[in-house]
Amino acid sequence: MAIVFDGTRESYVERLSEFLDSEQKNAPEWITTLRREAISGFAELGFPTLSDEEWRFTNLEALRRGSFSIAENGISGVSKKSVDSYGFPGLDCPRLVFVNGRFAPSLSDTVDAGKGILVKSLSEAISEQGDLVKDHLARYADYEKDAFISLNTSYFEDGVFVYVPDGTVFEQPVHVLHVSTDEGRPLFINPRNLIIVGQSSVAKVIEHYVSASQSVYFSNVVTEVVCGENANLEHYRLEFESQKAFNFSTLRVNQQKNSNIASHSVLCGGAIVRNNVHPVLAGEGCNSDIYGLFISEGRQHMDNFMRVEHASPHCDSRQFYNGVLDGRSKGVFHGRILVHEGAEKTDAKQTNRNLLLSDTAQIDTKPQLEIYNDDVKCTHGATIGQMDEEALFYLRSRGISVRQAKIIMLQAFTGETLEHMSIDSVREALESVVMKWFEQRLENGKGR
Amino acid sequence: MLEVKNLHVQVDDKEILKGMNITVAPGEVHSIMGPNGSGKSTLAQVLAGKEAYEVTEGEVTFQGKDLLDLEPEERACEGIFLAFQYPVEIPGVANTYLLREALNAKREYRDEKPLKHVEFGKLAREKMKALGIDEDLLKRSVNTGFSGGEKKRNEIFQMQILEPTLAVLDETDSGLDIDALKIVANGVNSMRDSGRSFIVITHYQRLLNYIVPDFVHVMVDGKIVRSGGKELAHELEEKGYAGF
Ligand SMILES: Nc1ncnc2c1ncn2[C@@H]1O[C@H](COP(=O)(O)OP(=O)(O)O)[C@@H](O)[C@H]1O
Ligand SMILES: [Mg+2]
Repeated sequence: MAIVFDGTRESYVERLSEFLDSEQKNAPEWITTLRREAISGFAELGFPTLSDEEWRFTNLEALRRGSFSIAENGISGVSKKSVDSYGFPGLDCPRLVFVNGRFAPSLSDTVDAGKGILVKSLSEAISEQGDLVKDHLARYADYEKDAFISLNTSYFEDGVFVYVPDGTVFEQPVHVLHVSTDEGRPLFINPRNLIIVGQSSVAKVIEHYVSASQSVYFSNVVTEVVCGENANLEHYRLEFESQKAFNFSTLRVNQQKNSNIASHSVLCGGAIVRNNVHPVLAGEGCNSDIYGLFISEGRQHMDNFMRVEHASPHCDSRQFYNGVLDGRSKGVFHGRILVHEGAEKTDAKQTNRNLLLSDTAQIDTKPQLEIYNDDVKCTHGATIGQMDEEALFYLRSRGISVRQAKIIMLQAFTGETLEHMSIDSVREALESVVMKWFEQRLENGKGR
Repeated sequence: MLEVKNLHVQVDDKEILKGMNITVAPGEVHSIMGPNGSGKSTLAQVLAGKEAYEVTEGEVTFQGKDLLDLEPEERACEGIFLAFQYPVEIPGVANTYLLREALNAKREYRDEKPLKHVEFGKLAREKMKALGIDEDLLKRSVNTGFSGGEKKRNEIFQMQILEPTLAVLDETDSGLDIDALKIVANGVNSMRDSGRSFIVITHYQRLLNYIVPDFVHVMVDGKIVRSGGKELAHELEEKGYAGF
């Protein structure tokens, strides 16, 4: 019997026992307890509404009316060949594949990187490295305060587990591919990832979300990252899901002293998308670089919610977010910077630039600075505009076709965020995806 | 080569060019002088194809073709080049990228093969050296953060790479010190030949000591009010535009 949610708060709360009895009957006790605790968070919270300050611009009515169910068909809908087609040309790295939130061993590489590095599915890690997982899982992403985190914590099935022990450089990136398929009814998918980078260690993780078909579903991702002292992590979240999907995701990073993260989000798919990026700079001397690019068309809605939390002195954070919006799409950039009392010498900077390709596209951009000490440097800036006519004319006056001139301008605009990616093959693949998207817009006579 | 007949141009319902006439034969250098606001840049931009300017009357033929019928990029490929009075800054687009795209667009238009990176690099370095332009200017974003002099030199550099048949230089001399002025003038003079023409728009006679024109035209309030040889420039220098 399928586990079906009818959209109401009660259904998500009540179906948990069914889920625990069928899907999770072999789970360790502590996981079951965690799930029960988490769902009580959702029972309190329910889905946010427009009157919730953090959800002012994103209407979840359609989600509340939607019926979704837990996937049943396993990984049969996805072939090795189709999985290969989502690779990045020229990138040689291990790949783990998840289908509708479940691990697909037959499509994944077995990673043996040595040096005590672990790359495996979270469910395996729960049975094999229980204590390690227990120390971190759900310790950062707060299921009492965030409805989507509580749902994910209650209903997650699997995701990637990456562990890099202290003093270890893990050179190769890990490609984590999440594929959704069509099972004939809208699915509820909850990928859960946990990344632990030890003291003075280095890692790169690419989370990549795609859809095998343009179906309706509700995907709700939570990734927790622990960045040990002096550690260095580069994280990618590439979202190319179905244009009909509801996509919610949270990246919650806990940064210890002198650690360094670069987070890259590229959002392209989805009907209603909300991407939360929430680093907490918990130790002194941390650095967070947060880059994002979102491109939307049709009636897509993309909500980028930043919450950069400075909890210690001498930390730097940078947010660079660019949006390209066409059609009747809507974008939101909500950039919250929270500087705690003791976080002196904070240096936080935020920039959001938006390019509107149509008269009907719309963007709400909102900086929100909450600062509880005097010794900080915080700046923010936002721009909204159409393609620079003067620049287009200048390029054309040199012989470059109007189409090519637009492409050059768009490349420059999207490059402002993509250029910070250190993995060239990923950056190049994304550049070409963005170009294809834009060429499509131009062909439709839009994208001026 | 270029024939402008009774050209009337409006912007925002305001008439700026009010019956402009000029004829340029191959190999000639024409200078257009005139006070600020007389419409010199408007003429330059109209020749390059700027859409904001509405042609209400008159015609422009370039090498037998109706220029007004062509898109800006087609005009460039046909051999027109405008050195902008205010070159546009384009952050994120490398100077070298623009130039290679431009040159290859022009070559494609003439059914020629695109130039390889190495060949282009060699060509660019040669021209830069002659103009005293630092090589890192190639890697920088188009005009972004360039000094006034760098911008003007960059326009001349582009002109040298693109080898136009008709180059329109819009106040390429303003804001240049004497050394930069000489470099710019050399850049132009080295390209003068029997098949290539120039329209040199300037506010000052100074540039014309270095680029000696065949004809000088005085433009006031949207039309040419007087034309003559190079000596007209000296007369203007002494008497100013007040008499026109
Ligand atoms: N885009 C424009 N919109 C409105 N007025 C303009 C525009 N461009 C030029 N003008 C006006 O046209 C007149 C001529 O300008 P311009 O061609 O720049 O003169 P010049 O180059 O001789 O100084 C000026 O009065 C100027 O204000
Ligand atoms: Mg002018």
